Amino acid sequence: MSINVNGNPVELPGDPRVSLLDLLRERLLLTGTKKGCNQGACGACSVLVDGERIISCLALAVQYEGRSVTTVEGLAEDGALHPLQAAFIAHDGFQCGYCTPGQLCSALGMAAEARRGLPSAVTADLEADSMPLTRDEIRERMSGNLCRCGAHNGIVDAILDACAGGGR
Amino acid sequence: MIPFTYTRAHDAAEAIRLGADAATKYLGGGTNLVDLMREGAERPGALVDVTGLPGAIEESQDGSLRIGAAVRNTAVAEHRAVRARYPMLARAILAGASAQIRNMATVGGNILQRTRCAYFYDGTVRCNKRTPGAGCDAIDGFNRMHAILGASAYCVATHPSDMCVALAALDALVELEGPGGRRTIPLTDLHRLPGDRPDLDTVLGPGELITAVVLPPLPWAQRSTYRKVRDRASYAFALVSVAAALDLAEDGTVRDVRLALGGVAHKPWRAERAEQMLRGRPAGTESFRAAADAELAGAAPLRDNAFKPELARRLITAVLGELMGDAA
Ligand SMILES: Cc1cc2nc3c(=O)[nH]c(=O)nc-3n(C[C@H](O)[C@H](O)[C@H](O)COP(=O)(O)OP(=O)(O)OC[C@H]3O[C@@H](n4cnc5c(N)ncnc54)[C@H](O)[C@@H]3O)c2cc1C
Ligand code: FES
Ligand code: FES
Repeated sequence: MSINVNGNPVELPGDPRVSLLDLLRERLLLTGTKKGCNQGACGACSVLVDGERIISCLALAVQYEGRSVTTVEGLAEDGALHPLQAAFIAHDGFQCGYCTPGQLCSALGMAAEARRGLPSAVTADLEADSMPLTRDEIRERMSGNLCRCGAHNGIVDAILDACAGGGR
Repeated sequence: MIPFTYTRAHDAAEAIRLGADAATKYLGGGTNLVDLMREGAERPGALVDVTGLPGAIEESQDGSLRIGAAVRNTAVAEHRAVRARYPMLARAILAGASAQIRNMATVGGNILQRTRCAYFYDGTVRCNKRTPGAGCDAIDGFNRMHAILGASAYCVATHPSDMCVALAALDALVELEGPGGRRTIPLTDLHRLPGDRPDLDTVLGPGELITAVVLPPLPWAQRSTYRKVRDRASYAFALVSVAAALDLAEDGTVRDVRLALGGVAHKPWRAERAEQMLRGRPAGTESFRAAADAELAGAAPLRDNAFKPELARRLITAVLGELMGDAA
């Protein structure tokens, strides 16, 4: 029973009560992923599983056997920040930084969803082939990630900069 | 969380064999069940993971759509046929929870998610849903989010699903399979009103599994939508929501209409009385409002939610007006 985390195979816990979030933080010491509410309500624990964003606090780790998890620790490559991380710095997309790892993973999943044409609650034409990332679209699609510091304007700017042009 | 065993089922037969025991629960995305297990409101000794059950979204010859219970909420809202033919369903799903949760949540789990009543979550207060016979602290408590239709002296909780409101309006069928065999029932018959047994959310028997949801053909549902009013612009449960479809005749009368409400009752509320009043009547604000009045005539608001009946009336009127579009 194993799971892949940021490219490394990891044994799954024997106790099925262990959440994916606790596996990452407590057992693998990957503390980038944050525990805000542990109830699905804040998005601080967002990670990517096979490229799709989920919240890891309500995910039992055993359910993800054989899947590939990417956390904030897996975004930089060869010591270079991911372009979205750099954009967060450039646009002041955080203050305390607690929500940031979740925002980053969520935004990358979000950009992929928009690229493949998934509509959102504010999309006027459900049948449109492409889903351009406007400010309104980004705010709605990112509403699962709260920021208690209120850095949302910078977060939206950073995402617009790094993701709206169809970058990775 | 109390200890439990975890097994993965590969098909319905295996799930039902593993799930027959009363202490066992099926596990979808876990976004509701895991939360409730942490809170002690659910205490299963065994979980049977049904996310691996086969079942996609299949279009049939007769124009109906069959959606497997394990299909994720995102995949339903994303499906081309759902977006084109049942826009109210795509919109209802996209109005619920967050994108991350929708990526995890399954159709079966969404239907069977439990109430968000804070008294049900809190083990230190009285709740008839959590402990039958204990009493209900919500009735005289903070009940802004609670029911105004079909509630009882035992329970005023609401069913929180957005998706189910659209399914109720669309006459969706739910396919069930259990130790006693298979059956298919309308979604509107699946959830119960609380009566004196609010601990029973649904009519499901022990070990019964949802295997699929079927949307019957309804060509005029192309003209349908979902509108949700909540305390913030996104990522909040409904105060009141409306799923509606409108079929207008050439002469401007209502040929047919579908209407269901969320956030108002223990189950997704199909507004049959309003529908009946509208069929054959001239479409327009006056008849929409009259129909909404009739539907809400029996509303019994609580201390904190006296705003809900009027909000529901206005929402019904506005959404039907929106669907009339240029004909208005
Ligand atoms: C912060 C937050 C906000 C939310 N906001 C909204 C919202 O605005 N609107 C909304 O509609 N929802 C909302 N939700 C609820 C969310 O939609 C549900 O948690 C989700 O749909 C449940 O699906 P799941 O697959 O994760 O179910 P699980 O949690 O896995 O299961 C839920 C229940 O269904 C049972 N079950 C699962 N599959 C089957 C099956 N095939 N047959 C029989 N039984 C089964 C389980 O035993 C369990 O009792 C929110 C949730 C959270 C945490
Ligand atoms: S910690 Fe998971 S959503 Fe808040
Ligand atoms: S930067 Fe502090 S919570 Fe978002």
